[in-house]
Amino acid sequence: MAETSVEDSRGGLPAIEVRNLTMAYGSFVLMRDLNFTVSRGDIFVIMGGSGCGKSTLMRHLIGLKEPATGEILYSGVNFTRADPDQRELMLRRFGVLYQGGALFSSMTLAENVGLPLGEFTDLTPGQIREIASLKLALVGLKGFEDYYPSEISGGMQKRAGIARAMALDPEILFFDEPSAGLDPISSRLLDDLILELRASLGATVVVVTHELASIFAIANNSVFLDAERHTMTASGDPKELLVKSKDPLVHKFLTRGEEGGQSPVH
Amino acid sequence: MRIVTGKPTQGTVAFERTGDATLLVRLAGPWHLRRDVPSPALALQELDAKPPPKRVSFDASGLTGWDSGLVSFLAQIGDACRDRGVAVDREGLPAGLKRLLELADEVPEQAGARVTESKASWLERIGAVTIGYGLSLGAFLSFLGELTIAFSKFVRGKARYRRVDLLQFLQDCGAGAVGIVSLIAFLVGVILAFMGAVQLRKFGAAIYVADLVAIGTTREMGAMMTAIIMSGRTGAAFAAQLGTMKVTEEIDALTTMGVEPMEFLVVPRVLALVLMMPLLCLFADFVGMLGGAFVGITMLDLSAATYYRQTVAAVTFVNLFGGLFKATVYGGLIAIAGCLRGFQSGRSSSAVGDAATQAVVTAIVMVVVACGLFAFLFNILGI
Repeated sequence: MAETSVEDSRGGLPAIEVRNLTMAYGSFVLMRDLNFTVSRGDIFVIMGGSGCGKSTLMRHLIGLKEPATGEILYSGVNFTRADPDQRELMLRRFGVLYQGGALFSSMTLAENVGLPLGEFTDLTPGQIREIASLKLALVGLKGFEDYYPSEISGGMQKRAGIARAMALDPEILFFDEPSAGLDPISSRLLDDLILELRASLGATVVVVTHELASIFAIANNSVFLDAERHTMTASGDPKELLVKSKDPLVHKFLTRGEEGGQSPVH
Repeated sequence: MRIVTGKPTQGTVAFERTGDATLLVRLAGPWHLRRDVPSPALALQELDAKPPPKRVSFDASGLTGWDSGLVSFLAQIGDACRDRGVAVDREGLPAGLKRLLELADEVPEQAGARVTESKASWLERIGAVTIGYGLSLGAFLSFLGELTIAFSKFVRGKARYRRVDLLQFLQDCGAGAVGIVSLIAFLVGVILAFMGAVQLRKFGAAIYVADLVAIGTTREMGAMMTAIIMSGRTGAAFAAQLGTMKVTEEIDALTTMGVEPMEFLVVPRVLALVLMMPLLCLFADFVGMLGGAFVGITMLDLSAATYYRQTVAAVTFVNLFGGLFKATVYGGLIAIAGCLRGFQSGRSSSAVGDAATQAVVTAIVMVVVACGLFAFLFNILGI
């Protein structure tokens, strides 16, 4: 009984909580006063114009950059103040897809996916290979186990990157511009994959993107970063923001700057 | 009316004053960049001429063709007019041209966007450079510290790296370098022998060429030449590999996977080079002496047996192992320089190139400095 109550109390806490986060490069403040929470199972989108600090925010969330001030909590545990060992344990619950896939070029796809398994589990090489094949099959890359990253297309590299991010069955998946450099159809397939992963694994997903189609297709929560004012100017479900947001820039962003809902030019 | 340029195959511009203080700019002919267009300076002169115009308008009826040459010409006139408070009437221009000019004016220049070159005084520059050196020394020391921690984990068998990687690097740094090392070592042996022969023959002591080459290669040149080859070959490769991994975010990916890049990427590279350098150096010593023998036998009429006996007598245990010890240290320095510069690389293709260049420079400087220290140390120790 005691166990369930612990589980419940953890379950009640938001998956990610960001408090008064300030991001800075030296003395240049990129963003200040970021406050938002992401609930378990959310697909959370970090949106904003080019160069406003979307990817930098993600790098803060996964510990590659230290906040100038403020803190980040995962399930109520302070990630920013965690000691290195504790932080490493927390990192293992994350899966990250980098912009270019960031696959290790000297390893095959199966070795790439198997690397975290080999490092953090006691599985035999045969079992690791099995699991790597399964993860690759989940992203539609069955049979590509022994290909090197340079031998497959950009879209396939992204999907292999997702397979690697999912290797340790993470609780939170981070995607940095998943549709960058992909054609509309591949990018749509990737959106479907993200939705499926969330549904089947129950993971929380954080996506950095400025693709409107993706944002409306997958997100149920978001934050909008304003490069001019150096802070967040909106948060919540983007479909609701489109209707409700009073901020002109948020509205302009969500409607591609086309007043009166004109059909897109392209 | 004044026509300013007049070659028939070239665009022309003419200026005309009409009654109400208007400057009419007549454009005619083909305005193409390839054919050299008139300079906007002419228009500026006309704008500044007395009496100053209040309006500028255009007549493009004679224009037969245009490209960016004309757009840029008109944009500059537009800017000049704005500065002088002169109104510009673009009605007379072709529609496409008008639209392009409007587009160029649409977004005003952002305040502070232009790079203003600040003139730092020489004192300021010396200060900046000094601080830069201080910081890079700090970065070097912290890299060394992290590497030491990673190696202590490696010794305890706790470091995370792939054995395949280590074997791959051992092959790259060892067997893969034998060809180029032999070539250079042989030539250095030949050069040493020639230099010695010219002097020693004067005293009828040509046989001592064997001693010169044997001692020279085992004590200094074998280790030194191998180190310089490996700086250019392997040190640069390490920097380029790690720099590219930084650009493609592979190093970030390792970090977020909880794998320490220092253990995974740096330890196998440093270890491979440290293990292979003494072997390469031993090989270089041998080939260098062969080069000396080649000169001794073919040019100095020494018999192979004599040369061999003289060489064997000259090579001492201390010289040989002193050289191999130095080579091991050089190997560590080269690998550290390569990995450090790779980690410090920026996130662009030109930054990776810079990292590779700096890796070679750093490695060679460190090797030569170390060589000097060794000479000093060996002298004190009487080796």
